[in-house]
Amino acid sequence: MGGLQKKKYERGSATNYITRNKARKKLQLSLPDFRRLCILKGIYPHEPKHKKKVNKGSTAARTFYLLKDIRFLLHEPIVRKFRDYKVFVRKLKKAYGKTEYSDVERLRENKPSYKLDHIIKERYPTFIDALRDIDDSLCMCFLFSTFARTGKCHVQTIQLCRRLTVEWMNFVITSRALRKVFISIKGIYYQAEVMGQLITWLVPYQFSHDHPTDVDYRVMATFTELYTTLLGFINFRLYHSLNLLYPPKVSLSLTKLSALSSSLARVVSTAEEEEAELDQFPDEGEDIEKLEAREKEQKQLEAQKKLFDGLKFFLNREVPRESLAFVIRCFGGEVSWDKSVCIGSTYEVTDETITHHIVDRPNVDKQYINRYYIQPQWVYDCVNAKIVLPVEDYFLGVTLPPHLSPFVEEKDGDYVPPEKLKIMALQRGEKPAHGQEDEEEEEDEEEGEDEEEEDDNEEEEDDEEEADEKSLKKMEEQRSKVKVTPGKMKVENPARLEEEEKAEEKRLAIMMMKKKEKYLYDKIMFGKKRKVREANKLAAKRKAHDDAEKSKKKKKTRK
Amino acid sequence: MEESSSRNMRREEAKKVRQKTVKKRSTEEEEEEQDEIFNFNKKPAEEEEEEEDEDLSDSEDSVFSGLEDSGSDSEDEEEEGSNDKEDGDDEGLKTGPEESEQIEEEKGGVTHKKQEDEYERDSSDEEDIRNTVGNIPMEWYRDFPHIGYDLDGKKIYKPIRNKDELDEFLDKMENPDYWRTVHDKQTGSDIVLSDEQVELVNRLQRGQFGDVNFNEYQPQVEFFSGDLMVHPVSNRPADKRSFIPSLIEKEKVSKLVHAIKMGWIKPRRQDDDSRGRYYDLWTNEDSSILAKHRMHLPAPKIPLPGHHESYNPPPEYLFTDEERALWEQQDLSDRKFPFVPQRFSSLRQVPAFPRFIHERFERCLDLYLCPRQRKMRVNVNPEDLIPKLPKPKDLQPFPTTQSLVYRGHSGLVRSISVSPSGQWLASGSDDGSVRFWEVRSSRCMKTVQVGGAVRSVAWNPNPSVCLLAVALDSVVLILSPSLADRQVVSSSERLLSGQQEEEPAEGVGPVTWSEGEGEELNQGIRLKIQHPKAVHQVAWHAKGDYLASVMPDHSSHLQVFIHQVSRRRSQNPFRKNKGLVQCVSFHPVRPYFFVATQRSVRIYNLVKQEMTKKLQANSKWISSMAVHPGGDHVVCGSYDCRLSWFDLDLSTKPYKMLRHHKKAVRGVAYHRLYPLFASASDDGSVIVCHGTVYNDLLQNPLIVPVKVLRGHVITHDLGVLDVTFHPTQPWIFSSGSDATIRLFT
Repeated sequence: MGGLQKKKYERGSATNYITRNKARKKLQLSLPDFRRLCILKGIYPHEPKHKKKVNKGSTAARTFYLLKDIRFLLHEPIVRKFRDYKVFVRKLKKAYGKTEYSDVERLRENKPSYKLDHIIKERYPTFIDALRDIDDSLCMCFLFSTFARTGKCHVQTIQLCRRLTVEWMNFVITSRALRKVFISIKGIYYQAEVMGQLITWLVPYQFSHDHPTDVDYRVMATFTELYTTLLGFINFRLYHSLNLLYPPKVSLSLTKLSALSSSLARVVSTAEEEEAELDQFPDEGEDIEKLEAREKEQKQLEAQKKLFDGLKFFLNREVPRESLAFVIRCFGGEVSWDKSVCIGSTYEVTDETITHHIVDRPNVDKQYINRYYIQPQWVYDCVNAKIVLPVEDYFLGVTLPPHLSPFVEEKDGDYVPPEKLKIMALQRGEKPAHGQEDEEEEEDEEEGEDEEEEDDNEEEEDDEEEADEKSLKKMEEQRSKVKVTPGKMKVENPARLEEEEKAEEKRLAIMMMKKKEKYLYDKIMFGKKRKVREANKLAAKRKAHDDAEKSKKKKKTRK
Repeated sequence: MEESSSRNMRREEAKKVRQKTVKKRSTEEEEEEQDEIFNFNKKPAEEEEEEEDEDLSDSEDSVFSGLEDSGSDSEDEEEEGSNDKEDGDDEGLKTGPEESEQIEEEKGGVTHKKQEDEYERDSSDEEDIRNTVGNIPMEWYRDFPHIGYDLDGKKIYKPIRNKDELDEFLDKMENPDYWRTVHDKQTGSDIVLSDEQVELVNRLQRGQFGDVNFNEYQPQVEFFSGDLMVHPVSNRPADKRSFIPSLIEKEKVSKLVHAIKMGWIKPRRQDDDSRGRYYDLWTNEDSSILAKHRMHLPAPKIPLPGHHESYNPPPEYLFTDEERALWEQQDLSDRKFPFVPQRFSSLRQVPAFPRFIHERFERCLDLYLCPRQRKMRVNVNPEDLIPKLPKPKDLQPFPTTQSLVYRGHSGLVRSISVSPSGQWLASGSDDGSVRFWEVRSSRCMKTVQVGGAVRSVAWNPNPSVCLLAVALDSVVLILSPSLADRQVVSSSERLLSGQQEEEPAEGVGPVTWSEGEGEELNQGIRLKIQHPKAVHQVAWHAKGDYLASVMPDHSSHLQVFIHQVSRRRSQNPFRKNKGLVQCVSFHPVRPYFFVATQRSVRIYNLVKQEMTKKLQANSKWISSMAVHPGGDHVVCGSYDCRLSWFDLDLSTKPYKMLRHHKKAVRGVAYHRLYPLFASASDDGSVIVCHGTVYNDLLQNPLIVPVKVLRGHVITHDLGVLDVTFHPTQPWIFSSGSDATIRLFT
């Protein structure tokens, strides 16, 4: 045997990974700088398959990066900027120590700075890539734009975030891209469809933040740095795709709200481009049904975009103005508020053409006859239902119907809350073909939610009763005949027998499964069963709740 | 009220004092003569008293000096003090005594202080020159009759103060000028102030200038104005250095130039706002960069919120009390939601989410700290996983329903066996009896009490004889139940009688043969084969002449005996102990012998006297074994719930392991005609399987479970103990621990 003995850990997976500390040393960066670099470049650790091998026999917990990633970081021009910055800080300290304030000033002016453009381009080579990854940046920018100047981050950052978010919202309004809104206990979720990408972001409620102490704001600031750059470029591109001027002529000194009330200047003052109609290319592979479905969807979308067209809203002072103004304007409605509350109002309360007055208090002193006084949830529910819902459930002082998440898509077998079913029925009722159903449902609507449920129950009961009656009749028939023929019983049996047989067959077949497959099968079935159990639990809870409500009502009526 | 009044009083007095001083200064010369007169008339004794009084007043003055709101001279206050003293008693008893007490208390300390401070009062602008002693404390002259010296150097004598308090009071009451009378301490005389002097005092008190004609608000003349003057302030000619370039500056500049040249300092950078300036970054999109990052995984998006998160969720999504308690108990990572669903009746009541920043921060951490991995999620339809098997319907006939139950035993039925004709069923039970049943009528035709728990029964497979082997304790009995036609009975008798001739020759050995006698003979027990140890199982050879018995024992090689009934001969085929023998079986056609030990099945060739195969059962403890009537397949049941199916042509490993049973498998059986085999288990079920072997070697044998038969009741954790097929019909018998035997057809 010739040759040297091969050493351990010099081949294979051990050479593909590098620990964090080694990577740091290789890049000659401090840990915060390394962290910043990783955040900016989007480098994340990797979990090796065989940790012990990579860790050279040790089982200590270590973070591993791919060696390729670290090599890739070596050529990053920003790394040099980091080092420059370190030098700058050192010089500044020295100048301060010597009390050479002119030097300090000079150094300050020459503070090294870096740009992230190339990193954005590198991380998101195409525009769609960038759009796909914009969720987090929007959430972060919206969060930072609500920060007060408390020293948690630079004021410039806050202002930039505010500017970018306003620009984004303006874009969404202009392109009417908003699809879904959801008021959660965390904040308000919005979902927009931009260039075929669904983009969801969360905006916190307008309260001052209780800044936690266990949060590292430096990390957040680094992310925000990246995200603002990304969002800026995306905004630029999006504005240009709509032939709009960027940056828009929105006076940023004003609040968000006023910015939202004015429409944007277009570069080319052309008339509204007609929406390019979907040309019909009947592909051989595609069914006509599919095509029709797509067309229908398209129509629905168009209808949704013009949901609030021609409606005039007035916001009372206690409702969240930013959110409502944004949503209403996204769907073509006009909106205004009290002049004394905030600038940017376009018409007064006394305007006779106002159709909806949004109020979030039990009652209003002076009411105008020719407008609806509704609670804010109506707007959001309308958006999610894609139709203008009847306003009766949303009047002042009325207990609101539950607000459902538009993001949940129930598959068969899942639990569907009755409110969702109702809305779905309403949506179907829009079709002219089912005019009768529509009317019926509307009637039901007027009667109220509970009663409708009662109806449902009654229907079920009716069914049961019918079945009972049938069986009773049968029984009577049987009684009338003296002989009880067992043959009839057998008539019912075959189906059941067959079922039983099938079930047994299945059971036997399951017995013959291989061990591996059996394991998988059991797991899948366990998951399915759990789902069913949860759905049943929810249904039972709902039923108990409804029963309790009913009994309460009855008691009241008796009294 | 009293306090304030006294205060006012004091103020008034202070005023008076000041007036006095002023007056004193202005009218000093007028009063000079009077003073002299007083001085001469004074008596020394009285003087002393006066001096003491003055001392007291002095000290009092120093005590109250801090309290007085006027910043008057101390000299004047001395006067005031004396006045005070003089007035004090007249005015009333209210204030007097208290003050004097205070004075008494503080006297010692204050006098010390005074001695230290005595020069401080010396002021140079003293104008009183009638008394030349200067501005000294007058108490230095306390012990002298004179008070100082005049300009001529003559003594000024103290005035004769014969004014007592009554005089003072009268004076106060009667004299209209009393308020403007001032006592001059240096001369010791009283001075009445003039109107001008009083006016002056008043002015000074008001903070005005003493001179009436003085204008405080004269127009200001600006010295340094913004106006340029024609003439310079100084007429000095400029220095030479102001014409010559500075060397130091030159040095500094050259240093800076050098530093700039060397790049040490950079020129001031123009502020570029390019950071906030955006442009179309994606003008020329190319996917070439993308290729570099093929390893890159985009971060997963945050899951979208469900109904739970709504501010106004449907009531079923809210937590009940139990759920909430559970949620609070759970660890953070175990919780299904990181928040409690809440309901608010209107939007304005929704508070800020306290963990908002936390959640965003956690997302940030996830983005840059979490390793990402692409997980392949198997999206399988569970129905696809179920193997496609032929329908059991197509594999009929097989037993499906329980049709008969044979009751009669009182103990658990360990073993059953069917006669080769299929008419009779023999069963051995722990109650010490062997029963013979007619299969079709479930009647017990015969009961043989053998006096011991029966471990195993086996019907002779030869249809021409009617014999039953029964194993109990250490004896194997051969029974002739005489339940067949005469011909068969006689042939079996012949078989048994033929043995007798040989018997004596086989006297020695571990096994003894003996004939049934008396009562036993009546019951049908024809032969007794006494073994050295307890016999667990008996098995016949297909021809019906040979009988194998098993005595499991770890330590000896005497575990299996093969008996030849016709010659009453026994032999132990094995010389070595190869493990605990569980059961044995003869090959139905060929001269092979199967021995199942704990883990494996050995197959011996009886002709060649050697082992041909060893089957690994892959189970812990084999409980039972059955050989296919064709002899190609073996089924082994084991106590660890498994059933292994061997194909002897293929491999020594089981072709199929079946884990159908939940508990230990107790018995297995093959059908003689149909491709069926069955296994009985402690879980109370008998599973019938269809096992087809195709002649075509390429097609795999097909094993399909076709029926799960239940009926036996589990007693003492034991279910079905033995199972056997009917020799001709697709029927199956099973015996259980519930003392019954059941027939499934």
